[in-house]
Amino acid sequence: MTGKLATSAALWLLATITAVCLLAPWLAPYDPSAQNLLLGAQPPSLQHWLGTDSFGRDLLSRLLHGGRLSMLIGLCATAVALLLGVSWGATAGFVGGRTDALMMRVVDALYALPFVMFVVLLMVVFGRSLALLFIAIGAVEWLTMARIVRAQVRALKQSEFVEAARCIGLSNRQILWRHVLPNCSGPIIVYTTLTIPSVMLLEAFLSFLGLGVQPPQSSWGALISQGVETMEEYPWLLLYPAAALTTTLLCLNLLGDQLRDWLENSSPGGAA
Amino acid sequence: MNSALLRMIAGRLASAALLLLLVAAVTFALIHAAPGGPFASDRAVSAEVEAALNAQYRLDQPLPAQFFAYLGQALQGNFGPSYRYPGRTVSELIIAGLPATLELACYALLLALLIGIVAGSLAARRPGSAADQLSMGLALLGICLPAFVLGPLLVLVFGVYLEWLPVSGWGELAGDKWLPTVTLAAGYCAYIARLTRAGLCQQLSQPYIITARSKGLSELAIIVHHALRGALLPVVAYLGPACAGLIAGSFVVETIFQIPGIGRFYIQAAFNRDYTLIMALTLFFAALIIFFNLLADLVALWLDPRQREALS
Amino acid sequence: MLLYRAQRCAAVLAIVALLGACSPAERRADLGSEQGVLHWGNASEPQSLDPHIANGVPEQKILSALFEGLVGKDPQTLAPIPAGASHWQVSDDGLRYRFFLRPQARWSNGDAVTAEDYRWAWWRALQPQLGNPFATLLFVIAGAQQYWQQQHGDFDQVGIRVLDRLTLEVELAHPSEHFLQLLDMPTLYPLHRASIERHGNPSARASRWTHPGNLVSNGPFRLRQWQINRRITVEKNPHYWEAQSVALNQIVFYPTENITTEERLFRAGQLHYSYDVPVDKLRYYQRYHPEQLSLAPYLGSYFYRFNTRRPELADARVRRALAMAIDRQLITEQVLRAGQLPAFAMTPPNTAGYYPPATAPQQLRFDPAAARALLAAAGYPNGEGLPSLEILYNTQEEHRKVAVAIQQMWKQHLNVDATLHNQEWKVYLDTERRGDYQIARASWIGDYVDARNFLEIWLCASDNNRTGWCDPEFDRILLEALPRANSTAQRHQLLQQAEQRLLDGLPLLPIYTYTSKHLIHPDLRGYSANLLNQPLFKRLWLQPHNELGDE
Repeated sequence: MTGKLATSAALWLLATITAVCLLAPWLAPYDPSAQNLLLGAQPPSLQHWLGTDSFGRDLLSRLLHGGRLSMLIGLCATAVALLLGVSWGATAGFVGGRTDALMMRVVDALYALPFVMFVVLLMVVFGRSLALLFIAIGAVEWLTMARIVRAQVRALKQSEFVEAARCIGLSNRQILWRHVLPNCSGPIIVYTTLTIPSVMLLEAFLSFLGLGVQPPQSSWGALISQGVETMEEYPWLLLYPAAALTTTLLCLNLLGDQLRDWLENSSPGGAA
Repeated sequence: MNSALLRMIAGRLASAALLLLLVAAVTFALIHAAPGGPFASDRAVSAEVEAALNAQYRLDQPLPAQFFAYLGQALQGNFGPSYRYPGRTVSELIIAGLPATLELACYALLLALLIGIVAGSLAARRPGSAADQLSMGLALLGICLPAFVLGPLLVLVFGVYLEWLPVSGWGELAGDKWLPTVTLAAGYCAYIARLTRAGLCQQLSQPYIITARSKGLSELAIIVHHALRGALLPVVAYLGPACAGLIAGSFVVETIFQIPGIGRFYIQAAFNRDYTLIMALTLFFAALIIFFNLLADLVALWLDPRQREALS
Repeated sequence: MLLYRAQRCAAVLAIVALLGACSPAERRADLGSEQGVLHWGNASEPQSLDPHIANGVPEQKILSALFEGLVGKDPQTLAPIPAGASHWQVSDDGLRYRFFLRPQARWSNGDAVTAEDYRWAWWRALQPQLGNPFATLLFVIAGAQQYWQQQHGDFDQVGIRVLDRLTLEVELAHPSEHFLQLLDMPTLYPLHRASIERHGNPSARASRWTHPGNLVSNGPFRLRQWQINRRITVEKNPHYWEAQSVALNQIVFYPTENITTEERLFRAGQLHYSYDVPVDKLRYYQRYHPEQLSLAPYLGSYFYRFNTRRPELADARVRRALAMAIDRQLITEQVLRAGQLPAFAMTPPNTAGYYPPATAPQQLRFDPAAARALLAAAGYPNGEGLPSLEILYNTQEEHRKVAVAIQQMWKQHLNVDATLHNQEWKVYLDTERRGDYQIARASWIGDYVDARNFLEIWLCASDNNRTGWCDPEFDRILLEALPRANSTAQRHQLLQQAEQRLLDGLPLLPIYTYTSKHLIHPDLRGYSANLLNQPLFKRLWLQPHNELGDE
């Protein structure tokens, strides 16, 4: 459904956005928190390409810095999810038996938790530190990863090369690290690509509810929530952050889908 | 067969009870760890008042005692008085907010199913066609356009610029249910369209479809009468988690459109430290998720004979 | 095939029908103007309609429609006007008030309002179990504080005496200029004992006596309907003593939590009155609909608390430097934009004739050079060596704007780094109370018009002080000298002395004096803005604007 062209366009666009955002401190034309109260909110112009907000802060600079934060949170939280999910799933799948049943029962149980409510409570309880933010998000997003990894590991465990490795006397740990996990890297990579957008979405969701990052730091979610308040007077303050978030999510999803299709076609009966 | 099914349901219910206990414990611990109590206010209340209030709501007792007292009452269906709104019980507040939330969720789900299945079927009829590209492109956009972006944009266009629809409320003014419903439905609609398309594409390559086609049945009739039933299995499986997702969605949509539903209550209750209301709402949502997951599994059993056999 | 199409059409039609057809939005306010129904934006869902539990401004608005105290306030000047009492006498020493109740005053169920109803209500106001946040207001009455603190359990020792069915005598602990103002506050409203006792223990918080159908009130309106988080409707009380001159048939209060949405509702003709106005909308109204915008001085101060227990803020010179490095004019004109006044003292100017010390604006003027000199004198030349400061505020857009502006000014003029820390309301309260902050946003809204109400929070023992600042001389003036003042002029002089000590000590950074901002529908008449932002609902009326030509 999505042609090669779309995929490569998405890849390039994503690379550009990421690069521009990560290089925000050097690329941003203004200090993102430097305000000019006399200037106030101005529509896009040559001096301020994307306009300014009601403090006279340059929106482009804020967007770049906000994007940087959104992406860092996205990456860190995904790393947390990856770490938790892979180790949990791999352990369950590899050990098998009762341990597996118990561990997967826990995952099933956690699936049924109203986790969004817990995240809301967590942010209320412990204030808003960035570290907590991505740990909380990561802790929510690892479940699917654990399931996928477990399914893969279980399938691989039965395979001949694991039997062979066992015969030559490799320890369980060696088998897991050297033989099993590298062989399920495909699904892990694909699912990681798909986790990043959902993590970014969750961060934006929390920031929108006023529970995410705190000023003067800003993320795309926070910019959107501020833009909503004044969207009639200063629509650019809503439209550009919304476009930035949506475009990024779009690219990430496109890539993730493409990777998944590719993976499924290359290894029939592979990823669930 | 029947006894196997019953056993499965009984097992699920037993684990659901355990899970609810866990949810209660975690929530209880979290809200009592939160700084600031339910009676803190800008104007300092005197020590006498604070002591009297704490005694009245048993907040002066040790936490485990409070927790078990709460559980005991909750088991009898008494979720206690609201701390924030004295004179109201928690059940009363939930019942007041529930209709709007349920209505919103139902409309959104209906709309998502209707549009999602139709769009997915259209796309699957001729994979790679313009219709397919368009609907799948839109679906992707729908997934990437979170409710808190879509909602305000819809308000801006239809409420503010065009003035076709009211900008907020629920059941107050004619047509004010449209924007919230569409906002909440969009994401689900997109997922359902994708799942339907994928399921249909798979079904349409099955031998029995080829037989049907060779009999000269129209493409539409094949889809509607033969392929769709099997193709909807993933959609049904998706509906369980989707119902859980509707809750998160309703937080945002109810906030954007000022809808007096329980999603908005929850955010307010967390901010106000309305302990009993938070507990009850969390338990309620957890129970709802568990119920819908079970329901989705049962429907899948009913639709899919293979799973039924596996069970027995 | 055909059947399937029909099904699909039916489904679409069903959804359309369920959601309600698309139609041009009706204008609720216009309809209301014709029917005498006032649509009132009221900020939030009331916690309770129990006058002894409710403590927010939105609750007070609704209660003022439902109940009436002994003495009311003129909606313009706030001077005392007869209400539940037709007239009253004051003894020469100012300690004894005798109130003569209106014989024709009735509860909404037709019962007569008696002096005992007041006495019983005030007894109830002093029951700690209710958690009445305003019980302290009654301490002006002799013996009330001792009763509250349970030094004696005998309510007869409190200076409230029923002389006969329609005469109530109150004895004060000390002469009070503001006692008559208090009588208009919810805590001092009368209550209908029988209807409250019918719903259980009268001092239980969870009582249901305030629900529609149960609530008996004595004001111009009575409770008709309460839909949680949607609306509260009150209707004209036919038993009210002045019912014939109450123009409105109903008032509908909406919990308009989001002010952006509220403004849209107002613009769409759904409200007659908005609780607030978004800052970014002010220019639009000033330019195109100045007649709909009401901006008026409001008896409230916006300030920052300095935590003087912190070593870096213990030096008054540092605090003064910080106070002199902010350009209040720029903040009020560019950030707030609603006619707020730059504040250089704690008490708003002209609080019942009182003005803060005249030297205050000079003392805390915007003067970067002097501020830098002060900071250098305190040992932090060019801001070097001063630890980074943190401004704590509760999460809200407007507070953030001010904090960001101040942060920039300190950086620019003093080279002092400040970070912003927002906490959600309850956490912020907790942090502030524990003294776990450096600089915290704060505000104080006057309960009644009197300067003491603003200064007393800075007493050493006040729970509302929270800065660690304590000046025995300040306490002495307020607690010992002030009650013995025998003229208004002398009183004001003492208050100025106290305020001067406060400004010398400077545990606070005054920023601005509030304004109340509202949008008012042209049909709404009889409304006048006042310092307490308190409408008198029984004097409001609606005039549909298609009849304007007839005037």
